[in-house]
Amino acid sequence: MRFVDEFRDPALARALVKEIEAISARLERGRDRPFAIMEVCGGHTHAIFRYGLEGLLPDLVEFVHGPGCPVCVLPMGRVDDCVAIAEREEVIFATFGDAMRVPGSRKSLLQAKAEGADVRMVYSPLDALTLATRNPEREVVFFGLGFETTMPSTALTVLRAAREGVENFSLFCNHITIIPTLRALLEQEDFGIDGFIGPGHVSMVIGTEPYRFIADEFKKPLVVAGFEPIDLLQSLLMVLRQIEAGDARIENQYARVVPPHGNPAALKAVAEVYEPRPTFEWRGLGSIAGSGVRLREAFARFDAERRFAVPDVKVADPAQCRCGAVLTGAEKPWACPEFGKGCTPETPLGALMVSSEGSCAAYYQYGGLRGEAA
Amino acid sequence: MNAPATPTRRRALTQSTITLAHGGGGSAMRDLIDDVFLSTFSGAGHPAPEDQARFDLAALAAKGDRLAFTTDSFVVDPLFFPGGDIGTLAVCGTVNDLAVGGAVPVALSCAVIIEEGLKVEELRRVVASMAETARAAGVAIATGDTKVVARGACDKLFITTTGIGVVRTGLDVGITKARPGDVVLVNGLLGDHGAAILNARGDLALETEITSDCAPLHDLIATLITATPGIRMMRDATRGGVAAVVNELAEASAVGVRLDELALPMRPEVQGFCEILGLDPLYLANEGKIVAVVPSDEAEAALAALRAHPLGRDAAAIGTITSGRPGRVTMATRFGGERIVDMLVGDQLPRIC
Amino acid sequence: MCLGIPGRIVAVADEEAMLCVVDVSGVRRTVDVVCVAAPGAPLADLVGAWVLVHVGFAMSVIDEEEAAATLKVLTEIGEAAAEMEALTAGAIAPLASQPAGQE
Repeated sequence: MRFVDEFRDPALARALVKEIEAISARLERGRDRPFAIMEVCGGHTHAIFRYGLEGLLPDLVEFVHGPGCPVCVLPMGRVDDCVAIAEREEVIFATFGDAMRVPGSRKSLLQAKAEGADVRMVYSPLDALTLATRNPEREVVFFGLGFETTMPSTALTVLRAAREGVENFSLFCNHITIIPTLRALLEQEDFGIDGFIGPGHVSMVIGTEPYRFIADEFKKPLVVAGFEPIDLLQSLLMVLRQIEAGDARIENQYARVVPPHGNPAALKAVAEVYEPRPTFEWRGLGSIAGSGVRLREAFARFDAERRFAVPDVKVADPAQCRCGAVLTGAEKPWACPEFGKGCTPETPLGALMVSSEGSCAAYYQYGGLRGEAA
Repeated sequence: MNAPATPTRRRALTQSTITLAHGGGGSAMRDLIDDVFLSTFSGAGHPAPEDQARFDLAALAAKGDRLAFTTDSFVVDPLFFPGGDIGTLAVCGTVNDLAVGGAVPVALSCAVIIEEGLKVEELRRVVASMAETARAAGVAIATGDTKVVARGACDKLFITTTGIGVVRTGLDVGITKARPGDVVLVNGLLGDHGAAILNARGDLALETEITSDCAPLHDLIATLITATPGIRMMRDATRGGVAAVVNELAEASAVGVRLDELALPMRPEVQGFCEILGLDPLYLANEGKIVAVVPSDEAEAALAALRAHPLGRDAAAIGTITSGRPGRVTMATRFGGERIVDMLVGDQLPRIC
Repeated sequence: MCLGIPGRIVAVADEEAMLCVVDVSGVRRTVDVVCVAAPGAPLADLVGAWVLVHVGFAMSVIDEEEAAATLKVLTEIGEAAAEMEALTAGAIAPLASQPAGQE
């Protein structure tokens, strides 16, 4: 595959690893803990495990898996709201596949489906709109979730529904934005991250400018990265080079896809359809101001929250869970007392164990070989 | 059912849709069984409709030294998909389950549960596929059963096939027999069936030319066994894909398995399909692929034998058995990185966000 | 977050609805091209372009020059590493065996 295979070349990987080792050896003196580089995006986490990248790194460099898995940070109460909508007689509830197993306080969408709810897995919000036109007697609700990458697709689908006059389509909007969340993380007192691998596909929409504060205010380097293993290794090297030079800049390793100013058409659609919520709750992290969006008044008729009364009950995460500490990189998954015991992919307590992008599930399934040895 | 003294004229089914009457035990049921099943399965030599098939023990004993016996139920949505249908699956699945145990397949049963409302035409197509596949595999469909259930009580058509076969004298293959140093083989491209089925459901609105690899493997396996006297085990890599089989064998044989990502044979379309949906092809189902474990000194002969067979042209050595942690399957990624290949909890769901 | 995959636009599916067909290794899918279409230009202009597809939407036209530039940097790193290896294996081998730091 073009633009994929070139960035999976083992010879390039070996060369990059050598460079990373060399830099790590130079940085070793006087360093009492590893350099913690956070990849913000769940897609990056997935690639790191899929290609076994952690095992290639010197001990002095480690990836910390950040909060960028939209399925993982969805609070339990929102899953309960989904289930409540999905269980309505008239509703066809359309969702991305990976949201189906996330546990609510009572059940997941998969369990609701087993009990009779009409839950359909789709690849695209466009397919949910097609379901609505093909089933005019039913209410089709699309479970909109994801970061800035996915927001344009649902916004454009809502605009399409408005243009085509599809009245039996609505969106249950759970979109979240990464920038306020990065700020919230950076403002934590004990935040021990030395640099960031920036989310490539979010950046293809928003551009690289919104990250500026990370370098300017917080003096941390960030490199926007692609999703192939070579992309990740090269980006890591770029972060380490900045650290070595005492720099804190925003760089773009993924320039083939990410233009500096993002995608204007996508941003326009997002601005037209969505407005910020005052605050939005993240699983494990609590409420973060300005981190969620909802449909604007002009599109109220496509808003599932307004169309169906949702229970909107806050549900606390299980007290013994350390999801928050893991999400912020303060703790490793295996440090949680429930990891692999009360909380496994079969019976997940926290969402990090559900999605294959969640760092707990990733460690559990693909093997945190380091963690096992520890 | 009593056998009439002389076979009467074949009974014909006139309706176009299956109804509950076809499962009621009366003449409608007789019509269905006669016209759709018996005539297709046994052609002109229509046997007396006994309640059981009967086998000559001496004839069976001449083929080997043990009887193999297996059963499998088939439920698939949609019933018809590129490369096959539920009927081909139902025969191949059971034939392959016998063959991977080192048995020569002899006969199958066919029990069907039909949801009322199924088109007779569709049922005929499925039964014709079963007959054709059974002929190709050299097995008889020797007995069967038919039930019709109310709408909603099953999904269109469920088929259970049970098979008997005779295990070749002296041949002892099994899931517990893998030893460190052995080589893990597959007979061809992985993931075709899983991708074809997921695609045929149409929910994902993707277009591909991928077809199911559904095929009876008895002949390929016979060739493999001849070329590899020391063969340790074989399994067909159906649900859960190659990942499930190697995990099972690692556990049962108390060995480690190390796969080599670069060696996994795969069609570019299946790779593309998996990239789009965020699926891992190691977990996609196959219906014409086996995982075989052979001693290292026989691996070359085994591969050559597989590749000489039409169903094994793309055969490859995909890994080795190790003395690593028992039950643990790892995979060398293309960088020399390493990751664990675990069993999945449930179905693989497309990963989008 | 945000699975995206490169594909090639091979046909216009519906000019008015802004839909094109994308091919990913022989797998085809109709995608929305609003985010990558040049305003006012016919969609036929997009045919042949490589785009990044996310949940049925083409989100970015892949910049082939930028891709080549990234690969060039990578190749240089690769060559430098190979040279280093040749050097350490050859002339300055004794030096390389000395301890790197004196802690």
